[in-house]
Amino acid sequence: MSNSIEAFFEEIGRFFRMLWQVLVWTPRRPFDGRQWLLQMVRVGVNSLPVVLLTAMFTGMVMALQTTSTLQRYGAERYVGSLVALSMVRELAAVLGGLVIAGRSGSAMGAELGSMRVTEQIDALEVMATDPVHYLVVPRVWATVFMLPLLVALSDAIGIWGGYVVSVLLLGTNPVAYMETTFQYMEFSDLFSGLVKAAFFGLLISIIGCQQGFYARGGAAGVGRATTRAVVFASIAILISDFFLTKVLF
Amino acid sequence: MTEATVKIRIRDLHRAFGTKVVLDGVDLDVEAGSSTVIIGGSGSGKSVFLKHVIGLLTPDRGSVEVDGVTVHQLRGTDLTRFRRKFGMAFQEGALFDSMTVADNVAFPLRRLGSIGRDEVDDRVRECLALVHLDGVGDKMPAELSGGMRRRVGFARAIAHRPEILLFDEPTTGLDPVTKASIDELIIDFRESLQSTLVIISHDMGSVFRTADKVAMLYEGRIIVHATPRELLTLEDPRISEFLRRDLETWATPP
Ligand SMILES: Nc1ncnc2c1ncn2[C@@H]1O[C@H](COP(=O)(O)OP(=O)(O)O)[C@@H](O)[C@H]1O
Ligand SMILES: [Mg+2]
Repeated sequence: MSNSIEAFFEEIGRFFRMLWQVLVWTPRRPFDGRQWLLQMVRVGVNSLPVVLLTAMFTGMVMALQTTSTLQRYGAERYVGSLVALSMVRELAAVLGGLVIAGRSGSAMGAELGSMRVTEQIDALEVMATDPVHYLVVPRVWATVFMLPLLVALSDAIGIWGGYVVSVLLLGTNPVAYMETTFQYMEFSDLFSGLVKAAFFGLLISIIGCQQGFYARGGAAGVGRATTRAVVFASIAILISDFFLTKVLF
Repeated sequence: MTEATVKIRIRDLHRAFGTKVVLDGVDLDVEAGSSTVIIGGSGSGKSVFLKHVIGLLTPDRGSVEVDGVTVHQLRGTDLTRFRRKFGMAFQEGALFDSMTVADNVAFPLRRLGSIGRDEVDDRVRECLALVHLDGVGDKMPAELSGGMRRRVGFARAIAHRPEILLFDEPTTGLDPVTKASIDELIIDFRESLQSTLVIISHDMGSVFRTADKVAMLYEGRIIVHATPRELLTLEDPRISEFLRRDLETWATPP
């Protein structure tokens, strides 16, 4: 028991150490534009289909569920508003974050983990290249920039999914639906979702890189790092979401 | 041995991971221009030792001095300048698998900034030729055999013409013919680059081909430091045990 508490605090310590090193190394030269671009494409573009699919079906299910619930109060004209606010404030960011944790966070754990156990990270260092600067910095900022973008698109497609279900399946008046969708939404709702997304991006990438960085013990070690990258990032997203919601409103 | 000829001086080097003591007071002098082979059982701390020499790991106690400079005190640009002295060939090659062979070999040249940009391509070709791998520059590391990958690792290690070359088990896991050719390469490097060599090995055949001096790491210390010939005459059970095991691996083909 005391061992796992120790391990827990060790992970936390490594997280902040990695975060600190990323901050220190970010402004330093040389700036490797190609790596940044490559990582942005991998996080942003390659994950686009699965993130959007998730958001679209979430919006569709939300419309179905909220309609059947709100009908009981005779409040079904608020379906659009409820779907939109839930997507924008909460669901797009959390679900997008979980998908990216599974897709990109795991890739970072696996990639850096195998570079660690095959001594590629040592080789970088020997050739006067700081591995945090070269490997971690581009991955972290790529994720921090791209996740909010993905979430913004998710917002749109989730709202559209809800609209399609309500109008085509449930026979809601399209004009009325659209009106209530945006009636109660404020810029701060949108903003809070995007801030969350950026924060989740930071968690996912730092945790993924950290797990890879400290991987040990051959192929099994890489497997462990990959699993932990996903599990720890997912837990961190869910827990921090609660506190972020409390702070951001 | 006079002061001036000692290139690497290791004194009382201690290192533990958690409660596991790996290095427990290593003392060793490596002469400039010599070839020193470190032997020792698997897991005896040979790689850990080598990583202290090049400053990848920091000692708990004791020191490594290279040309009179204490390695673990170096930071920033001093450390970069220090690293320029070294070329290191890692156990399985440690090639960057996201880059072509040529980019791998060019990496230290670009990063350590020792030669002009326009000379890089020529130097890469020259180094690949030295390890008998002309024309593989455009391949990815995954397309190469184990022996080829190590040779690319050598080419990358020698690209910036280092004063000191470190080899971590250059022949382990290779067939006898490839082993011999790798050893020959190492001997060639020594002549052509005039470098100081520190080689980790498992394999007595390689030791006799490449070593001026042999040092054996055992339970965290250097228990012998002698020429290969002297090694055979010593009647230390720890050494004969090691030699016997090695003979067994010769006797049982893989
Ligand atoms: N970074 C590390 N963290 C914890 N233990 C390590 C680390 N590096 C090496 N060790 C341990 O130190 C011992 C010696 O390892 P090593 O130097 O790789 O042996 P070898 O002589 O086979 O090269 C092993 O038991 C290994 O598990
Ligand atoms: Mg080793």
